[in-house]
Amino acid sequence: MIETPSVDWFALSPSLVALGAAAICLLSAVLAPRWLLRPFAAFVCALGFVGGLVMASLVYWKSPDAQLIVADAVSRDRFAAVAQLIVMGSGLLTVGVSYSARMREDHVGEYYALLATAAAGMAFLVQAANLMTLFLGLEWFSVCLYILCAIEIDLVGSLEAGLKYLIIGGMGSAVLLFGSALVYGSTGELGFSEIADATAANDLTGDPILLVGLAMIIAGLAFKASAAPFHMWTPDVYEGAPTPVTGFMAAATKTVALVLALRLLTVAFPEKEDVWTIAIAFLACASLAWGNLAALVQTRVKRLLAYSSISHAGFMLIAVAAHNLLGARALLYYLIPYAAISIGAFAVVAARERELGETVTLDNLAGFVWERPLLGWPMVTFMFGFAGFPLTGGFMGKFLIFSAASEADQNWLVLVGVAATLLSLYYYLAVIRAMLMRPAAELGLAPIGGSPPREVLLTSAVLAAVVVNIGAFFAIQPLVDLTRTAAEVLPL
Amino acid sequence: VTAWLATILIFLPLAGALFIWALPVGRLAGSFALLVALVEVGFWINALTRMDFDRSSSTPNFDQQTTWFSDLGVSYHVGFYAFSFWLAGLAVVVMASAIAYGYWVGRERPRAYFGLMLFLTSAVVGVFASQDLLLFYIFFEAMMIPLYVLIGVWGGPGRLGATVKFVIYTMAGSLLMLAAVIVFGLSKDSFDLVDTGPSNSTWLFLGFAVAFAVKAPLFPLHGWLPDAYRESSPEVAAVLSGVISKAAIFGFIRICFGKFPGPFDDFRNVILALAVVGLVYGSLLAFRAPDIRGVIAYSSLAQMGLITIGVFAENSAGVSGAVLQSVNHGLISATLFLLAGAIERRTSTGLFSRLGGMARGRPVLATMLMTTGIIALAVPGSSAFAGEFLILAGVFSSGWGWAVAGATGIVLAAMYMLRLISAVLHREPGPAVPEAALDLRPAELGILVPLVGCLLALSVWPAAISGNSLERSADTPVLEELVPPAQDEATPSFAPVESSTDNGRRIVIIVGAAEQPTP
Repeated sequence: MIETPSVDWFALSPSLVALGAAAICLLSAVLAPRWLLRPFAAFVCALGFVGGLVMASLVYWKSPDAQLIVADAVSRDRFAAVAQLIVMGSGLLTVGVSYSARMREDHVGEYYALLATAAAGMAFLVQAANLMTLFLGLEWFSVCLYILCAIEIDLVGSLEAGLKYLIIGGMGSAVLLFGSALVYGSTGELGFSEIADATAANDLTGDPILLVGLAMIIAGLAFKASAAPFHMWTPDVYEGAPTPVTGFMAAATKTVALVLALRLLTVAFPEKEDVWTIAIAFLACASLAWGNLAALVQTRVKRLLAYSSISHAGFMLIAVAAHNLLGARALLYYLIPYAAISIGAFAVVAARERELGETVTLDNLAGFVWERPLLGWPMVTFMFGFAGFPLTGGFMGKFLIFSAASEADQNWLVLVGVAATLLSLYYYLAVIRAMLMRPAAELGLAPIGGSPPREVLLTSAVLAAVVVNIGAFFAIQPLVDLTRTAAEVLPL
Repeated sequence: VTAWLATILIFLPLAGALFIWALPVGRLAGSFALLVALVEVGFWINALTRMDFDRSSSTPNFDQQTTWFSDLGVSYHVGFYAFSFWLAGLAVVVMASAIAYGYWVGRERPRAYFGLMLFLTSAVVGVFASQDLLLFYIFFEAMMIPLYVLIGVWGGPGRLGATVKFVIYTMAGSLLMLAAVIVFGLSKDSFDLVDTGPSNSTWLFLGFAVAFAVKAPLFPLHGWLPDAYRESSPEVAAVLSGVISKAAIFGFIRICFGKFPGPFDDFRNVILALAVVGLVYGSLLAFRAPDIRGVIAYSSLAQMGLITIGVFAENSAGVSGAVLQSVNHGLISATLFLLAGAIERRTSTGLFSRLGGMARGRPVLATMLMTTGIIALAVPGSSAFAGEFLILAGVFSSGWGWAVAGATGIVLAAMYMLRLISAVLHREPGPAVPEAALDLRPAELGILVPLVGCLLALSVWPAAISGNSLERSADTPVLEELVPPAQDEATPSFAPVESSTDNGRRIVIIVGAAEQPTP
């Protein structure tokens, strides 16, 4: 008779609700009539995300004190709950964006099922409290994303993206797993806080095996967060994947990878702080430099946004490298508008793609704002948000992150961030320039014919992203309070 | 209502902008925007009547403070000190005339256009009203958004290059300022401008000073200026040179002077030198410029140099003169840009080689251009003369060399303004001037006359501003920093000047303005 640990189902409920929705979607793929399949699966998936949002809020509300559950393998705390809120919110927006995406009828049910499953895995991952659950959660959502990238099997680019992501993502997971094994070998522990205790108790701070293990874990997480120099897959995969999936990956994957990196580093490796803050600061600088420089020369918008997402990983890594309470809060705050505008921006690209029937470049965005103001003006606010202009949450996020770095006496990181922001202006404003200032007639773009399709769900998702982006600026106090209570969970 | 006046002045135009964007007002957008802008001017005049220029407490007028997010000590804190109130007045008046001009010309896509103009008004007034460092930065940056779009969408053929240059230059400065804002605020545990004490950090001072030097612009950071002023539509150019540049003057006075008195003093000669170089260089370029806008653009560079000299004179004569001259220059360059727009509409060119002889049969145009030009070149009796006189008198006390160099700039101003006037109005009619080109229309007059009227009123009574640009009571923090102990030496230099002039009435007023408050 194997003794099973008691399971706190309530704490796991955000994942479970999303999983339940995924199960129904899968069943409907088989059972539902064809005409009903698309609306039904999308509705159930959206319902799952709403349920996930509700349950995550309940867990947040009911967990004033952090605790470890299920044999100390999973943590129930507000830090995870806030990250789950971001993931579920991203998922919900993605459903709206995906609804009118061109997709083979026979894969619709599976698509939504995989989306919900991926979100469930992410929700599980941010609760991870030992290296086993960490790896489990990571693979859980990664496998779903590999398939989602390749789901449009008619498109060569999509298949290629899926394959690239599979191989490089598998490589990243392997590195992470190897690193976990080394850490276990050195400390004899799997739990995050036990690793810290063992390191302190056995005076392992100088242990080379632990050091190598830590380095490999950071590298593995950097793969997922698409931080340079582990970003090589990002532009190709982001470009090849179906655009709504790209948006989801940019928002949610980055969220969980960074949130988890913060938790792991602060809880498990406080003794090695001197090493990993420098390593993370290096990753941040590399991502900022590489992401921004490469984005400068892009003409295809999806690829440009992919490089921009690398540079944003760099900004958020500054918050991790600060290793203080303000940094943790800054990271969580930054993720809220960032997730919203990532999905929103890719949604607009998706809409334009469908309208034109070809890859969206800076050239064929010309005049977009005037043709489709309901999508064009939001895109303008997204670009200003990415660039960190005031009146967007992006500005406040950058302000908080730079403050955190300054508080940690890392003013040089502030200067690096400022320089990177300046570089990034060039290409974000290039998108705005293309949409606003270049008349479509100038480029001789032939209209596809007829008025563009009305996409109510996509437009509402985009407008919701605008509301989050601008709302995060004005209503910063409640969000900052939320992130403070969440970040206080960590031993900072 | 009094307590809310600053907030109303900031958010009324923004509310108007949101209204225009949200509702399908169509072509009514222009008239609605004009209405909002006029109401805004009305509120400013109302505030003027309630303004207490003899305030004894350290808080600004219409002080209002609400915590925004408490952890880092950021608050929504607004209010007006005397000098910033005048700058805000300049802003609302020039914005109103710019909106009126845009309305009269009939810009395409009126909802976007007028909404952005109102948004810009909010941001500019916000800059002059903010008493919290982060809030200041936010408004300062928020100005960029509408400006970028306004130049880029409604500008001339070279607008795309102009916007890139403009944005990269100004953002390079302001992002450095963001770093300085963060470090300063965290070191003081508060971003409030009224409560925090001064700092001695040279680096932080430079972070702010560079941002303002780009915005003003000061030599050698003026690379964006000619393109931006040439390529934007006339009313946006009017706002850029008339109003936006004054945000830099506000920053120099309120932040560089108010928060970094030590480094301000250390770098004084460097910045004075740059300002003088800018003054002379800008004047020479203005003299050589081939078109109307070029003259006004480079004369702005020169005038901003002169105003900066006044600020860095570090005494109340210089600073009062700088404030007065800021208002003068704002009104003058706005009028000139709008006149340039009117001329370009008639001739479709601004090149002097193709213009000329426009005075014949167009008396109103000639009168307006002549009046503004004469005020701009600072003939004695004009408000610009009063402002420049105060600036030079102020800087004289810290070194006569600076005053000599500044006076050279004024001579050069006469050269380029007279060249502009004669090239447009006199000589034989140019090839681009059709016989049928109309005189100024009543609507154009309605836009320009208030601006010129303000200038004439200030010429009669410059002390209205220069005498009320600094709080007269001694215990306000701004004042203590604005009046360093060394200013006593300034007083003797006024005496001979006073006796050597023939225009007794005005000089009495000016000297009255320069009357030093006792610290």
